[in-house]
Amino acid sequence: MIIRDGRVIDPANGRDEVVDLAIAEGRIAEKSNDAEVIDASGLIVAPGLIDMHVHLREPGFSHKETIASGARAAAAGGFTTIVCMPNTSPAADNPATIAWIKDRAAESACVNVLPTGAISKNIAGEELAPIGSLGDVGVVAITDDGKCIQNHELMRRAVEYARMVGLPVLDHCQDYNLAGNGVVNEGYWSTLLGLPGWPAAGEEAIVARNILLAELCDHHIHCQHVSAAGSVRLIREARSRGVKISGEVCPHHIALTDEAIQNFDTNYKMNPPLRSQKDVDAILEGIADGTLSILASDHAPHAAFEKEVEFDQAPFGIVGLETELGLFIDLLVHKHRKIDIVRLIEMFTVEPAKLLKLDAGTLSLGAKADATLIDPELEWTAKIDNFQSNSRNSPFDGWKLKGRAVRTIVNGKTVWQLA
Amino acid sequence: MNERWTRKDLLGLRELSIDEINFILETADAFKQVGAREIKKVPALRGKTLVNFFVEPSTRTRTSFELAAFRLSADVINITASGSSLTKGETLKDTAKNLEALHADILVLRHSSAGAPQFLAERLKSSVINAGDGAHEHPTQGLLDAYTIREKRGKIDNLHVVIIGDILFSRVARSNIFCLTKLGARVTLVGPSTLVPRDFEKLGVTVSHKIDNVLPDADVVNLLRIQHERQRKEYFPGTGEYTRLFGLTKARAKMLKPDCLVMHPGPINRGVEIDSEVADGSRSVILDQVTNGLAVRMAVLYLCGGIAT
Repeated sequence: MIIRDGRVIDPANGRDEVVDLAIAEGRIAEKSNDAEVIDASGLIVAPGLIDMHVHLREPGFSHKETIASGARAAAAGGFTTIVCMPNTSPAADNPATIAWIKDRAAESACVNVLPTGAISKNIAGEELAPIGSLGDVGVVAITDDGKCIQNHELMRRAVEYARMVGLPVLDHCQDYNLAGNGVVNEGYWSTLLGLPGWPAAGEEAIVARNILLAELCDHHIHCQHVSAAGSVRLIREARSRGVKISGEVCPHHIALTDEAIQNFDTNYKMNPPLRSQKDVDAILEGIADGTLSILASDHAPHAAFEKEVEFDQAPFGIVGLETELGLFIDLLVHKHRKIDIVRLIEMFTVEPAKLLKLDAGTLSLGAKADATLIDPELEWTAKIDNFQSNSRNSPFDGWKLKGRAVRTIVNGKTVWQLA
Repeated sequence: MNERWTRKDLLGLRELSIDEINFILETADAFKQVGAREIKKVPALRGKTLVNFFVEPSTRTRTSFELAAFRLSADVINITASGSSLTKGETLKDTAKNLEALHADILVLRHSSAGAPQFLAERLKSSVINAGDGAHEHPTQGLLDAYTIREKRGKIDNLHVVIIGDILFSRVARSNIFCLTKLGARVTLVGPSTLVPRDFEKLGVTVSHKIDNVLPDADVVNLLRIQHERQRKEYFPGTGEYTRLFGLTKARAKMLKPDCLVMHPGPINRGVEIDSEVADGSRSVILDQVTNGLAVRMAVLYLCGGIAT
């Protein structure tokens, strides 16, 4: 395969030039002998994008999503590698379940699926999962995502143990006492609507805890889906001192504020919740100055019948894989001009690859031929009816966006292209 | 029916215009007169079916709606949470769709989740009347409180209304705030800082934690029950300290202006938020609120029920 006349952006090698890219035998090559030519003029040729925060729901919740359907959604969103969270049923807290996920992915997924393992048994936050064994079967990180270990001592030992095994720790930052039964950001809208509030301090307290433990254990903790201004401030200060801490941003936390909840539409209910404009502004600044280095979707599929209930009883979360890249390009590159497209690609490739020690995220000669073709100027409308995902729980239906993936290549083969 | 009323549902008072609120109150005037007649029944909703759907327990509000519906000649059935399919795992949407399939014209909903009435109203052709949703709104309570103030004081504009108690968890407080500020009253909220957080100031009211500074200037005091059974211990140290700091005791009642109204949506915890002598005293209009609630609910059922057809 030859990808012709595209703007090849490969941040890992500091490369940004209009050039042909050859793929042979599933690898980036000097030349290709087969006849397939892809015209990429006017397009960006990026290393295959990585989304390191995705819920694929299998095993246990295949009515929401399967590994196959989630992978198709990823491909349609421009992602060649996705990292799936362990809160399945059974939880991915043991080598057998990880092996099952990997087998299932090998037989049914059109993109690379990399599992994470749980930190604690059954994600109950009480005793450590067999982290070493999980590492042996190839998890790329450990996390109790969806839950948060409240016992600081247990978390400290988990981080110390993960350091020995060489796995980064990803954390969903939520202090259960402060968050209480909150379902939306505590502030004006929770006051007006009488919905239980979940204050930003409930996230910030755990981000601060994680900074202290990352220092104590000299090991990396990654704070997932950062939603609060105070979290950004804490991470910025810690990183300036060289602490091994990082933060991740989801598109909904910069696209929306808690004002969106006013009609009790459960497609605006996620955890952490949509916060205030002040928080959105702080996250945008955090992206601009490098404090927040990872972009991810927190793709969280739920069936319509599960979401179509009373607001406080609905499950948290929205699907994101198929709107994520469009939202980030539209908001970060075009609308707010916080970063350029090169940095955006870096945040979806080099940054997660470095954090998770992945052999991915570059177009170096000899690298695995995963690539995403992006049209950063293409105007399109997000439509849930066109989703590849099994679920439709998105607040972005009908949004007009600028920029999206037009072709996704995994292992040298096109797995999806824009019709 | 009338160009002043076009809504099939009453979900809250925040979204109502001043004219819509006044129109309900004026309609209630007419129904209040009906209640004083020997024959208290009118045929306004004859042939219509009203379902009192109470997913959260209530006696007072349910009875008031039931009586209001009887007086309007509607057929009434009552469904409570324990007797409904919700306890068998059926969703609220399915239960409501089933009621609609039985041609229920008006659904009066009491629910522990904020937004539940709006959720149903968007999905049903029937009228949905909010009889209290979580800590969100209790619009007929807000209306009957406004009606009572207007009846006793002749106006609402420029009056100083003080609402005392557990504001954070109170749907009555929110409906009162939305309604009374629209009608021109000055509203002050009083209670412990944990139950009256500063965020409420953004709703256009004043927050105070010193009841003795506020009472002498009040035209109306509306006391809310301290719902100690629902609250976690961390919100306040106990009812003893609550009474000491915020109770409308006999001694404090002496600070009130002679024509100040004392209101309470009930049920009263005598000796906690209000002393017995004050609840039963000359300023108390607590039982007038109950009577007016009937007229206001008749007005709401009549107006919304007329739109649904």
